[in-house]
Parts: sequence; C-alpha cells; structure tokens
Amino acid sequence: MKYDIVLAGVGGQGILTIAYLLDNLAVRKGLRIKQSEVHGMAQRGGAVYSHMRISDDVIISDLIPDGAADMILSVEPLEVQRYLHLLGPRGVVVSSNQPFINITDYPPEEQVLEALLRLSNALLINAKKIAAASKSPRSQNVAMVGAATPFLPFEAADFVPIIEELFASKGEAVVNSNIQVLENASSIGSFYKELLDGGVANDLAYTLVERIQVGSFAPELADDYAKALAAKPTECKKAISSLDEDVPQERALLDMLKSA
Amino acid sequence: MDKRELLLGDEAVALAALHAGISGAYAYPGTPSTELFEFIERKQEEYGVHALWSANEKVAYEEALGMSYAGKRVIVSMKHVGLNVAADPFMNSGVTGVNGGMVVCVADDPGMHSSQNEQDSRFFAKFCLIPCLEPATQQEAYDMTHRAFELSERFGLPIMLRLVTRLAHSRSDVATLTGRSQNPINKVPRGGQFTLLPSNARVQYERLTRVQTELQAESEKSPCNELVLGSGKSSLGVITSGIAHNYFMEAVGGEPPMPYLQVGQYPIPAAKVRDLVDSVDEILVIEEGYPLIEEALGGLVGVSGKKVRGKLDGSLPRTGELDPAIVAKVMGRQTEQVWKRTIEPLPGRPPALCPGCPHTDTFKALNEAVAGYEQPTITSDIGCYTLGFYPPLNAIETCVDMGASISMASGAAHAGLWPVLCALGDSTFAHSGMTGLLGAAREDVDMTVMILDNGTVAMTGTQKTLATGEELERIVTGLGVDPGHLRVITPLSRHHDENVAIIKEEIEHRGLSVIIARRACIQIKKR
Ligand SMILES: Cc1ncc(C[n+]2csc(CCOP(=O)(O)OP(=O)(O)O)c2C)c(N)n1
Ligand code: SF4
Repeated sequence: MKYDIVLAGVGGQGILTIAYLLDNLAVRKGLRIKQSEVHGMAQRGGAVYSHMRISDDVIISDLIPDGAADMILSVEPLEVQRYLHLLGPRGVVVSSNQPFINITDYPPEEQVLEALLRLSNALLINAKKIAAASKSPRSQNVAMVGAATPFLPFEAADFVPIIEELFASKGEAVVNSNIQVLENASSIGSFYKELLDGGVANDLAYTLVERIQVGSFAPELADDYAKALAAKPTECKKAISSLDEDVPQERALLDMLKSA
Repeated sequence: MDKRELLLGDEAVALAALHAGISGAYAYPGTPSTELFEFIERKQEEYGVHALWSANEKVAYEEALGMSYAGKRVIVSMKHVGLNVAADPFMNSGVTGVNGGMVVCVADDPGMHSSQNEQDSRFFAKFCLIPCLEPATQQEAYDMTHRAFELSERFGLPIMLRLVTRLAHSRSDVATLTGRSQNPINKVPRGGQFTLLPSNARVQYERLTRVQTELQAESEKSPCNELVLGSGKSSLGVITSGIAHNYFMEAVGGEPPMPYLQVGQYPIPAAKVRDLVDSVDEILVIEEGYPLIEEALGGLVGVSGKKVRGKLDGSLPRTGELDPAIVAKVMGRQTEQVWKRTIEPLPGRPPALCPGCPHTDTFKALNEAVAGYEQPTITSDIGCYTLGFYPPLNAIETCVDMGASISMASGAAHAGLWPVLCALGDSTFAHSGMTGLLGAAREDVDMTVMILDNGTVAMTGTQKTLATGEELERIVTGLGVDPGHLRVITPLSRHHDENVAIIKEEIEHRGLSVIIARRACIQIKKR
C-alpha cells in the first residue's frame, strides 16, 4: 500500500493540522510516513503545501514525483491548480469551495469553481457550511479531512482518537463538534464519490450535494441518485435549481428527481 | 533501538543531541533551522539542559564553545547565512579544537524558500578543515548526530552537520536510542590551546593540518559513505550526497542498475571515489547545493578519459533545489505530468504582511513623510517588514544581511544622499544593528533610523526578542543617540498624521535620529 497526498492552501489556513491528523493516524496504524512541509516566509499568507506520503513499505523521497500523487487535498479552490502536475492518472482532487482572496488578481470566483468542476475527478466541498452546521466555524480543515476519507486508506472512525488527543485541551464540546464535522463531511464525500463513480457529471453532482442538508446524507442511496441523475441530467439540474433552500436527503428528494 | 517517534529532520537532530547528553543548546532563529532549537527548548527541563535564544549566531557559537571548553557536550544551530555571522569563531574553533563534543548544525536553504542566497555550508566545513556529516533521511539525521558527537570528542574538533530545507522540514518516523548522561565538568587545562596568540595558533594549526589524514581515513571507512559497485560493467556511475540520494533512488525505483557512491561524510572519501571512477566511463554527480563534489572530482582539468556530469556541464540546473522530477529526467526516466491546469495563467500568491500588521501602518506613514522629497533613500533589513518591498507599499529598497540597513544608510549618507532613512526590526537591531548605530551616533550621521518594535522575532515564528520596549530605548540612548532625537510612535491608522509629522521633523533634523515604531505583532497577541 502506498498513498501520496499533496496538501494545499494558504498560510494560516491550518493545513498543518490536517497533516497532524493524517501523520498520527498513519503512525498509529503501523504505517510509514514522510511529510514535508513549508515553514517561514510562505506562512505569511502565501501559498503553502505539504507532501504527505503514506506507505506500508520504505518511503524513499520526501517529495512526490510529478504525476504520482493519489490526491490533492486543498482548503482553497484556486490553490489546487498549483499542484495539478503532481497528480497521477487515477488521482483525485478534494477541495474546499471557499476562495481565500488576499491577492488583487484573484480570478472571478465562479471561474475558479468551474475550472475544478471541469475535472472529472474533483470533489468540491462546502467546508464552511459543514463546519457551521456543528457550530464550529474553525473546523473547516477537519471537514476537508472528513470529505477525503472515502478515498484514504482509513475510516472516518479511525480519526476519532486523534481528534480527541488534538483538541483535548479545548474541552469535550470542541472535541465532539470536531468529530461531528468529520463524520458529516465523510458521508458527504462518500455520497459525492458514488455519484461521480456512477457517471454523473461533476457540475450536476456538485449542484445536488450543495442543496442537501449537512447531516442528512445517506451514502447508501447514492446509487439510486446516480441513476436518476444520469437518466435526465438537464431536468434534474433544473429541479435542483428550483429548490430555494437546503433539503434533507430523503426518499422525497429522490422521487422528485426521478419524476423531474 | 527502543522507540519510534515522528520527527522533523530538525527535531531528529535535536532529540539525538539530547540523547547524546548535551548540557546546552545555542541558536538564533532562522528558517529552516529554527525547529531544532525549539524542540530542545521544549524539553529543557526534562533533560536539564540550558536553552535560551542567543542575540545572534556569533554569540551562540561562542557560548557553545565556552560550554565545550568546560568539558560538556553542546549543539549550536543556525541557518546557512547565520554561519557567515558566526564565521569568525567557527573558523578559529577549528584551530583551537574543542573539548566537550560540539556539533554545529547548519540548515541550508537551496531554492531560497526563506533566504537571501543558497550558499552551501559544506564549503565552510572544508574551509575550516573539519568533518561534515550530511544525512539523507530523518533516521540518518538522528544517527549521524550521535556519530558527530563521538567524532567530535575523538578528534577534538567541532563537527558540522548539514541539513537542507527538505530534510529539516520533513517529518518521518525515527527509531531512537536510550539516552546517555551528560559529561561532568572537565575544563581544558591552562595552556595555549585556546589562546590564539600567533605562537600558540601556529602549533594548533599544525595539529589541525596533521589530523587531516586521520579524518580522511575516517571518511574512507565511514558507513555514511556507501559504495556499491555491483557486478556487471556499466558505462555510467553515480555519486550522490544528502537528500539528493533519495531523488536518485526514487528515480531508479530503489534498485540502481549502475554502480553508485552515496556520500554522507566529508572530507570526500577519495579512495571510494577512485574505485567508482575506475569502473565506469562517465560519472554523474547529484548533490543538493553547490557542485562541491563535482568540482573536486573534475578539478581544473577534468578526469582523463572520463566524462563528469552534473551542475557544471548543465546536466542538472545550477540554481534552485533538486526534486524527484529533475533527477528522474537526468536519469533518463521522465516523470509524467498527467493533469493540466484549468486556469491559465495562474496568479501567484506571494507572502504578505498579515492584515492589521503594525509594519503596514509604519510604512504608510513613512511613505507619506518622504513623498515630498526628490530622492529619498530607504534602506531596510530582514524580517516580516521586508515584505514592505512589494506593492502596494513599495516602501523599502534594500535587504542584504541582518543589520545592514543601518550601516548601509550611514555609507549612503556619507556619500551625500539625503534624506536617508532605514527600517529594521527589533530583533534585527539586537542581532547586528547596535554596532552600526554606535558608529553612526559617534559621528552624528545625518539619517533617520526606524526600529520597528513589534516585540518579537515574527518572521521565524514569534520567538522571544532580546531588546524591546523601554529596554530598547535605553540601549539606543546608551549607544550615544541624543535622547531629544529618540522618538516613539504607535503605528496605528488613527495616529497616522501625527506619525507622518514626527518622521518629517526627524528627517529635517540634520543629524542622527531614531524613531521607534512600537506596536505588538498581531500573531503574538492572538496567542
Ligand atoms: C544571519 C541571519 N540569521 C537569521 C536570519 C533569519 N531571519 C530572518 S528575519 C529574522 C528576524 C526578524 O525579526 P525582527 O527584526 O524582529 O523583525 P520581524 O520579523 O519581527 O518584523 C530572522 C531571524 C537571517 N536571515 N540571517
Ligand atoms: S507576523 Fe506579525 S510582524 Fe509579521 S506580518 Fe504578521 S503581524 Fe506583521
């Protein structure tokens, strides 16, 4: 087993916390890791990244070669672009859809998101909404780890003891809300992944995922959703767009799409 | 081997130093070396070691030398350019030698992630005639640190341990040993060893040159220098060093089909190099930093009948750092870029001052104060405030080496430029600004020095600064600055007009003025 991840974001967004969660879980599982990161100058609001390599065998290079990464996990949608050359043929992108605009030439927001939706392998995750749903706005990075779990060689539940350790000093409430953020994000990631695997176009999958209430995701229904969306993509998109608030993922939603 | 720990390269060295029984650690912060000292600082009580930041690298080096003089083991760490500052004691400590084991860990920054240059510290080790160890992995960083202390006490010399950014700041699991206790006090007996009067220095230097054959022999048999000749004939042989070895191994899938030599201990193991050269027609040298091995190998006239490839013949880039893609390419195994950007051109995201940073308000006031002058000169220095170079502030015009802002401003004023101002941080001032200001005060140079006192060493991660607040004011007047021309301002937008007026007044004072712009870095406030 070998899994290479490029973590991406902007200085101050907490990608080192993501690295901490992954590093410690990997070690706890008896795996080897190498994780290279950027300190110093770049941490002042500049582009930051970390190469994280997990394996059950010896890892040679601290840096991931071009075209070899299994995942780009980004807390910022534009930053994904900076590292696409590292992504392997079957690699995936899991990115937050929340732009961090601290430069004057930041492209229009929609263009940044559309550019990712054009990639067949990119999950665009509303980390802000997921974190807010657990009243834990600072946990967007934890949400991103959660959304990535369906692709990782780990289960969401594996992270629980690491989160408990990391946030222990902040009290039980903080620990619990972070666990909830991670679990919610994980089921969103699973559901989204199943839709893409089922052949649903990314912009349609994203539109649907964005409209479903955090906490109500039922990944086991993904198959049925994928079929419904694939059958009538245009009609479904229209139906989803006509919803004026987030809805729970229930039979009713599936029936609505089927009859769109 | 009793335990596995997850450690940065810097931390692996730090933990090994603690396990090797150091009694003290000395350092001045500097990326990518900072985390080494910080690790020891966090564990100082547990291990009973002395660990306080020093004023600069020269001071740190001398403090370390003093601890070694007493017979104790000690580590001193710094970034590559820090060794320039410590070069005087460093070069002379080769001559004096050391008593308790002393390791100098220098972290180079190829690619200049956070530095003014990418100088290669291995040249300094060679210059000083001392051994240098260069690990490729976190495990080697740990193991070689133990080895360095042992070598240091065996040969009575300081030993350099060279890291580079990608190892210093990369984390991996490391198997560790149980610790050894600290050395007892065992001072150098009185005599000439540490008193480098010419008569003593000649004796000591003679000793240093004599020990070179032993150091060479030590390199030849060192397990850190691994020669693998293999069985079959090969036209190509490879020499790697440090972290470049990993990129080489990655490129060949962990099983090199050609003979190779991995260098991890200097002086370069000449006999092993010769064995490799004899068995191939062409030698490729892959090393991170300057082409030190390549130059030594090719010399002035090359190796007769053999081709030497590397950074000098353009096979590898001369500047910047190596990476797996560059090394794969030179090995003829192109890596593949599969995915293309879907946004072109991609805007850069350079580092910037934090929103609400006190330096921004200082520079805004400074910019307005000098706006009316035809040719203002604003020298500066190294720290977060150097980011004031970028638009929209465009506030400063120089950054050379720590403390240079004051001395360069003096020289510019001597030359006849006016008005001349300079801007530097409180830690930079304590590091190397004070001596420049002392000189400027003696001749009342017509310039305005702005010390940006944010109460911390911000750029490297908010370490403790040695001169801030009222203490800083006392230092400034103590150096001879007229208290009437020492002004303190609070860089906040609501004080903007007042601050502009003060800066203008001091520019118009035709002599030396110091303005301290005092407001805490928001990153320390956050904690
Ligand atoms: C000789 C040397 N040592 C260390 C460094 C690393 N370094 C860069 S800026 C800086 C400190 C700056 O602190 P300060 O002057 O207080 O400015 P601030 O970042 O707080 O604004 C250090 C230690 C360096 N570039 N050169
Ligand atoms: S860390 Fe402090 S000094 Fe540096 S840019 Fe941020 S606020 Fe300014």
